[in-house]
Amino acid sequence: MASGAELIRRAKEQITEVDPREVHDLLPDRNGTVVVDVREQQEFEQSHVPGAKHVPRGHLESRIEGKAGDKSARLILYCASGNRSALAARTLQEELGYEKVESMTGGITLWKDRGYEVEVPRSLTAEQRERYSRHLLVPEIGFDGQMKLLDAKVLLLGAGGLGSPTALYLAAAGVGTMGIVDDDVVDLSNLQRQVIHTNERIGMPKVDSAEQGIHDINPGVEVVKYQTRLDASNILEIIEGYDVIVDGVDNFPTRYLLNDASVRLKIPVVSASILGFDGQLSVFAPYEGPCYRCLYPTPPPAELAPSCGANGVLGALPGIMGVLQAIEVVKLVTGSGEPLIGRLLLYEALGTTFTNLKLRRDPDCPICSRDPGEISDEEMGVFPDYEAFCAAAG
Amino acid sequence: MSVTVKIPTQLRNVTAGDAETTVDEATTVGEVLDGLYDRYDGLRDRIAEDGDLRRFVNVYVGGEDIRFLDGLDTSVEDGDEVTILPAVAGG
Repeated sequence: MASGAELIRRAKEQITEVDPREVHDLLPDRNGTVVVDVREQQEFEQSHVPGAKHVPRGHLESRIEGKAGDKSARLILYCASGNRSALAARTLQEELGYEKVESMTGGITLWKDRGYEVEVPRSLTAEQRERYSRHLLVPEIGFDGQMKLLDAKVLLLGAGGLGSPTALYLAAAGVGTMGIVDDDVVDLSNLQRQVIHTNERIGMPKVDSAEQGIHDINPGVEVVKYQTRLDASNILEIIEGYDVIVDGVDNFPTRYLLNDASVRLKIPVVSASILGFDGQLSVFAPYEGPCYRCLYPTPPPAELAPSCGANGVLGALPGIMGVLQAIEVVKLVTGSGEPLIGRLLLYEALGTTFTNLKLRRDPDCPICSRDPGEISDEEMGVFPDYEAFCAAAG
Repeated sequence: MSVTVKIPTQLRNVTAGDAETTVDEATTVGEVLDGLYDRYDGLRDRIAEDGDLRRFVNVYVGGEDIRFLDGLDTSVEDGDEVTILPAVAGG
């Protein structure tokens, strides 16, 4: 029976070895040559030859065809020092019929000793792999989707009924940066539905309380706080740079202002509203689907625009609507599924019915029928009877 | 023939709390709404103005906005579902 060292020596006699310099000289386009790293996952994650594909030797037979299907193409394998890749090369050559397979002498160790560059892939820490393991298991999210979530910047307008569950679930999902706009403080009457806040935090600014709630569930989230009211003078500055905006504001003037500013900056808005037992949800993706003004060209007059403060709302209703918003955000960020663009979802809690309505872009929309550059500062958030509306609303 | 109408929270104070009702013998959305106006005092003023819908109220038949169909002349058929939907800002 041969020793391990003997086996490796014999394998090297049977296959062709290639010097790292020759592999390096093939960069960057390699003329169709495929370079495969046969080391273990953790070794590959630390660093690898730029552009190398990864097939751990233990999975060689089952996975190589998925990564390098053309058996007549030149294939260069490497490992840490050139032994595992020699054995793998022999397997591919003798048993799987690869015609031009080679093993890189000295592996990545020699490659690095020569001073050649390596690629350090982005990876999740062990803590992140554990924390997001249930996302990683879902193919629609997986590693790439989780990375997108970690890179995402999401702005929440309002840390109230809708913003509370949205913030908690997006924080839990690993959204990297979350902005929160709210000028209010936590009030006892909020706690029937605004679940990110707590009894102990009554009287605290909502942005601070929300930050604490977010960090309690996921300390890795960067929170940017805006303890202010959105108005025409600050909105562009605040929303610029965010990937998605979550609209949970409680008044019409801000909803129209947000619509116009987000169309101008082409930022999608996940919008929900609630009243009593009814919720509405839609995604307004500028120039892709309708905007809020296509749906409602003008708001109701103040006397016909009931608020939750005046009319009440079932505490769990913003829970379901806010979580639906969180899901739409995740879909937009990861690019999975069919976001609720051009559709309006109605949830009616008393009858437990969901109704899907179709929304269309209005060719005469005062905002999104024009180019972003044509939307002026002066008209943003303004609608007919705006002055009267705001006077009546106090 | 009969059409089902869904009434949102904001309007239920003029529909005696009804969240859903049916209208018989209507062939257009306009006739459906007329049927409702006969039944519910005060509903007309809440959603209509000068014979047309107010701009912040949308009406859908079978999930389609009637503004992109034939407006109040949009025809309805037996079993259709009509949804009245004013803008809501609550958060």
